[in-house]
Amino acid sequence: MSKVIIIGAGIIGCGVARELSRYDVDITVLEKFNDVSCGTTKANSGIVHAGFDAKPNTLKAKFNLLGNAMFDELAKELDFPFKRNGALVLCFDKEGVDDLCELYQRGISNGVDGLETITGDKARELEPNISKQVVAALLAKSSGIVSPYEMAIAYAENAAVNGCKFVFEKQVVSITKKGNLWQVATQDGDVFEADFVINCAGVHADDINNIVCDKKIKIIPRRGEYMLYDKTRGYLATRTIFQMPTKMGKGILVAPTTHGNIITGPTAMDVDDKDDINTTFDGLKEVYEKSLLSVPELNKKFVITQFSGTRAHSVGGDFIIGESEKKGFYNVAGIESPGLTSAPAIAVHVADEVAQKLEVDKKADFVAKRKGIPHFATLSDGERQKLIEENPLYGKIVCRCEVVTEGEIVDSINRPIGAKDVDGVKRRTRAGMGKCQGGFCLESVMEILARELGVPFEEVLKDRNGKIVIGKAKNKR
Amino acid sequence: MINKNLVIIGGGPAGLAAAKSAYDEGERDILILERDDALGGILNQCIHNGFGLHTFKEELTGPEYAKRYIDEVQKRGIKYKLSTTVLKVGNDKVVTAVNEYDGLLKIQAKAIIFACGCRERPRGGINVAGSRCAGIFSAGTAQKLINIDGYMPGKEVVILGSGDIGLIMARRMTFEGAKVKAVVELMPYSSGLNRNIVQCIKDFDIPLLFSHTVVDIKGDGRVSGVVIAKVDDKLQPIMETAEEIPCDTLLLSIGLIPQSELAVGAGVAINPVTSGAVVDENMMTSVDGVFECGNVLHVHDLVDFVSKESEEAGKSAAKYIKNNIINRDYVEIVGAGGVRYVVPQKLSKTCEMDKLQLKMRVGSVFKNVRLCIDVDGEEIYSKKKQIVTPGEMESIILSRELIEKAIAGKTLTVALKGE
Repeated sequence: MSKVIIIGAGIIGCGVARELSRYDVDITVLEKFNDVSCGTTKANSGIVHAGFDAKPNTLKAKFNLLGNAMFDELAKELDFPFKRNGALVLCFDKEGVDDLCELYQRGISNGVDGLETITGDKARELEPNISKQVVAALLAKSSGIVSPYEMAIAYAENAAVNGCKFVFEKQVVSITKKGNLWQVATQDGDVFEADFVINCAGVHADDINNIVCDKKIKIIPRRGEYMLYDKTRGYLATRTIFQMPTKMGKGILVAPTTHGNIITGPTAMDVDDKDDINTTFDGLKEVYEKSLLSVPELNKKFVITQFSGTRAHSVGGDFIIGESEKKGFYNVAGIESPGLTSAPAIAVHVADEVAQKLEVDKKADFVAKRKGIPHFATLSDGERQKLIEENPLYGKIVCRCEVVTEGEIVDSINRPIGAKDVDGVKRRTRAGMGKCQGGFCLESVMEILARELGVPFEEVLKDRNGKIVIGKAKNKR
Repeated sequence: MINKNLVIIGGGPAGLAAAKSAYDEGERDILILERDDALGGILNQCIHNGFGLHTFKEELTGPEYAKRYIDEVQKRGIKYKLSTTVLKVGNDKVVTAVNEYDGLLKIQAKAIIFACGCRERPRGGINVAGSRCAGIFSAGTAQKLINIDGYMPGKEVVILGSGDIGLIMARRMTFEGAKVKAVVELMPYSSGLNRNIVQCIKDFDIPLLFSHTVVDIKGDGRVSGVVIAKVDDKLQPIMETAEEIPCDTLLLSIGLIPQSELAVGAGVAINPVTSGAVVDENMMTSVDGVFECGNVLHVHDLVDFVSKESEEAGKSAAKYIKNNIINRDYVEIVGAGGVRYVVPQKLSKTCEMDKLQLKMRVGSVFKNVRLCIDVDGEEIYSKKKQIVTPGEMESIILSRELIEKAIAGKTLTVALKGE
């Protein structure tokens, strides 16, 4: 059987793994972190873009449109949170209206449906909490929101069910060709063999490409900072609210999340360190001040967390998708916005192309559907009662703020591609994502992780390399 | 659907005291719902002493203080359910709760007391920039890890905020062999009790830096240091003064917030200053038969005051169930001139109490002032104060004579005035 190695388990790596697992191939995903979705995928805006922004005739424009159209069905099939909530691009001054119309025209030439330019008053009718300064807006009905890390987890779980192997804490350090096979070596001395290598390494995709190919690429890590508001502020926006670029620079978005919070951001700062996802004093200030231009009622007091992520900006400006000059080495690089939107289409495109090159057929026993963790908080009382009767742990609330039960947390650890640390549990169940940010439930989640993973309490991690406690207290028996 | 006369949400100090006094007032059909696996609430992790000086005239630890009330509740045979989380309270007083052994519970109550305490403000609430690595805890979470679970959160510690839990944890971490390098406070004064500053900070020579804040957190995987800076009089950091303190742990003691979500869901009106309910002298909220007491109503410094307030709430709830008399003809109670809030916010014109305690907090440190009560602009009470601080709750006990003056008016104002 043909062997394929996918480097990177972000939304692209997981998506390609899932689509390729339809075929009769042996797939191994190598990921340097201890979980899927730990890079760009876990920290971005979570927007499914309509497609008016990308330059016509680019891969970005093409895959944006194709990807956007796939979300309704995919979200149902793989059971991840998605909502087609629509978007508004706000224009704050009369001089900007021409640019807004240009954006509309670009959308039309990209083939975007459901676009409309509207007056400021009409925009306020749709979104009553936007600024009085808004003079016009572009309405994009096909825009949506998605939970990006839950989408990647869903892809990964489904790929795993269909036979794909995920190997974690494997950072690729060299790739060489021995005969017809690629030899992919990782930091710990392991070597994985494959007929085909697909580079989905996100901000590190250039590093991977450049050890194989003579044709070098360059990815610039562009950091974006975000602020997340408490669900009680959820009423402030029902659509995704963008800003037309102003004299102050590129705009900041204000959007609801699929879970009912409000997210604001991102900044755009090119950084040297690809893994530098610290927030900064100035960055957070910028996010806050600019977000107020759109929705003046936002109030810092209701922010529950801040975070940042780096996105993979390629110097050429467009996605880099295709087999490199080295046969059997395939790049999926420079996947920045609208990368998340494009992911489903990119995944299918890459899988089909790789399968064709490998001359492999589709499997008869591919399982297309994946059922996620039942979320107690969103169930009806009848469904809740039934769940508790089947498993009493669903009657034990661990995270009070987000109403997450022990049953969900145990499930998140024990399912395929299960959670291995506190952040992994958080991304899968929302335990610790509420108002108190894990203040109350941290210790309970740690206890459950220790028990289910069979490790001592003091070995439980926040994420890949962060221990939460340093050891036993003096008088602990 | 189960029917209960009185459902008390929370089995911490507030809920226990409310249950005891409701029983003593004659109510027998009481159910306490507690989400933890033991009664006592946060007191169980407060193993330091200093509790009960007002109530029992002796110094008890948190668990000892809780035990006194748990014993009283058990002696009376008051029913409670542990590991039971309330999911929803409707404005029809139907309580939906869940646990492992009963599944979903629906309880129709005649009266409800919210006694579900407060939570700690997380890092997100103050927008501290930097790494989001391990080693950043709210002070109460660290307290639970050490005192309940027996694990050390870290060994070189900086504490942001000088709230009482932060101060207590500075001492606790020191006892456990950690080095507390600094307690950093944004304001020019502490928000904690003076006795805690002396006993937990000064006695251990821990640097307490006022008008400073944390501007950056360093660390990959685990905290490796925090950058602190002085703040100007608008509380904005002065970046030129920034300096890094190497440490592996940052504890946050940056404020407590009443957990009002359930009450809001039940239609209870909230005071934006306290973030707790608006209540009258009976601790009754804007919804008939729904009461609030303890830290869900407003954050207290001393558990003794929580108990006292909650006993009032319990008594009132029992009376409400018996008589079902509601009087909504109120005198408004407001704070002014440096007084941030007063609890209760309303006083019934028909109030028959012999005395009534008003509790209040000031917004800043004031020296040599008078704490005064005006009714419709006329001063009826005044007390000299050498110093009042935001960290220490003030209170005034109204005599029957003063209550009568108050209920003859429209508005009672508590204010600070010059000497």
